[in-house]
Amino acid sequence: MTAHQPVFDVEALRRQFPILHQEVHGRPLIYLDNAATTQKPQAVIDAIDRYYAHDNANVHRGVHSLSERATAAMEQARESVRSFLNAGEVAEVIFTRGTTEAINLVAHGFAREVLRPGDEVLITALEHHANIVPWQQACAASGATLKVADIDDNGEVVLADFEAKLSERTRIAAFAHVSNALGTINPIEKMIALARAAGAAVLIDGAQAVAHTPVDVQALDCDFYALSGHKLYGPTGIGVLYGRHEWLERLPVYQTGGDMIREVSFDKSVFAPLPHKFEAGTPHIAGVIGLGAAIEWLRGVDWPALIAHEDRLLARATERAAGLPGMTIVGRAQRKAGVLSFMLDGVHPHDIGTFLDFEGIAIRAGHHCAMPVMTRFNVPATARASFAAYNTLAEVDRLFEALDSVRRTFA
Amino acid sequence: MNPELRALYQEMILDHGRRPRHFGVPEHYTHKMEAFNPLCGDRLTLYATLEDGNVKAVQFEGQGCAISMASASMMCEEVEGKACADARTLYEHFQQLVTGQRGAEDIGRLEILAGVRHFPSRVKCATLAWHSLDHMLRGDSTPVSTE
Ligand SMILES: Cc1ncc(COP(=O)(O)O)c(C=O)c1O
Repeated sequence: MTAHQPVFDVEALRRQFPILHQEVHGRPLIYLDNAATTQKPQAVIDAIDRYYAHDNANVHRGVHSLSERATAAMEQARESVRSFLNAGEVAEVIFTRGTTEAINLVAHGFAREVLRPGDEVLITALEHHANIVPWQQACAASGATLKVADIDDNGEVVLADFEAKLSERTRIAAFAHVSNALGTINPIEKMIALARAAGAAVLIDGAQAVAHTPVDVQALDCDFYALSGHKLYGPTGIGVLYGRHEWLERLPVYQTGGDMIREVSFDKSVFAPLPHKFEAGTPHIAGVIGLGAAIEWLRGVDWPALIAHEDRLLARATERAAGLPGMTIVGRAQRKAGVLSFMLDGVHPHDIGTFLDFEGIAIRAGHHCAMPVMTRFNVPATARASFAAYNTLAEVDRLFEALDSVRRTFA
Repeated sequence: MNPELRALYQEMILDHGRRPRHFGVPEHYTHKMEAFNPLCGDRLTLYATLEDGNVKAVQFEGQGCAISMASASMMCEEVEGKACADARTLYEHFQQLVTGQRGAEDIGRLEILAGVRHFPSRVKCATLAWHSLDHMLRGDSTPVSTE
């Protein structure tokens, strides 16, 4: 092997994404809403297609060939996820509908099995609603208290406050790896160490992280890590909860029914071993297979080059933002990934969104399912451009040309 | 600029969006109604003096996109001084106009907001103030939410 060269052939990568090659309102599509969902490479589309065209059957219950093929494909995908996250065992990989369901599974289990009146749950002020509301519910059901660590004006978690809000009553600290509204990469290694020192379990919301940075759950030493396939170049409706074996054994079942039992009589049921204990009902088999294909596809990407490329996109956007009159970036953390959230003086984010759509540019405008972040920065909403591996510097430049014309139209 | 986009953001709309008329909290009013669009965070409060079956005065306050601000501003201009019954009819006509169920007859200069019919995601912006007015005129005291 030759020495590593961080060159990134973005054009070759783009050719693998059929959706990118279209026009919107007569302009070439520039897709900058990747924090909402990423596009899918042909490899993922083909894997799903192949499954339905050749292998479709229910899993874990047929003796016939198709069922065996479907089961093998699903379990192979579980192994891909295990290896992607460097989990210790495949039994620690639970398939869910997405990050939201993964967090709900843990919060529900904590409410029933762990949290007692007077206990505490610690989150941060930059969380997505998916990592707020389940904990509010768990606290309401158990009598525990929800604590929230502050963020500063740059959108970084105030570590001193995070530490101060940990106590011997903190049963779990749950926080994002990367913020979807601000782009902040949290110093999760430090936060995990602090939480563990306080005796708390740790859940990481990795929805926005996994497409931008490698994750090693054993090195991180976290107890739970949640992700969504659709933000990782995979399909919607499928996600993962990684859970440390002992925790998954300890937590009670979430949904119950078929596939998650070993034995059922009318007196009682014996639940299936991990991971099936948490996978009630026929799973989203095609989704699992698509997610497996996305992960295998990502394995073929040169990660250091990908990270360098995405950093260049964000750096260019940040630099151009400084040169656009009236533009304010919301979220100026030292370490950011993928997200440029911003305001433009005198133009509401929704008007920006509609205007850019006519330039073929897809961005998101709104509160990004993070209303407390909007409140913290005293804005009703922001506009957000979010990047993926297939975006180019030329697209960033086109975004800013279009923003300049928005600014002039509304001035 | 693309013609549909130009129709949505006509100069008069941009002007009302930048400098909304009837804006601010009045000293006296008989009715107040809050409205919120959770999707985009637009918020406005409508204040009116309803007397002898007439909309004697109406003002609003809030923040939102150019479409919602312009629509609120123009609505206030149109309904102030009208009989409550006529204001309600205008509400219905406007609602039908922006959802493409009706042409621009009997709608006066509100016609310039007809362009939103091509933007399904923006119809709620144009109707937020109108829904508040409707609640007020019907004596419904629950705040308006577009969800
Ligand atoms: C940080 C973060 N957490 C959680 C979620 C929820 O993910 P999903 O809707 O796929 O369950 C998202 C998605 O928007 C997110 O960005």
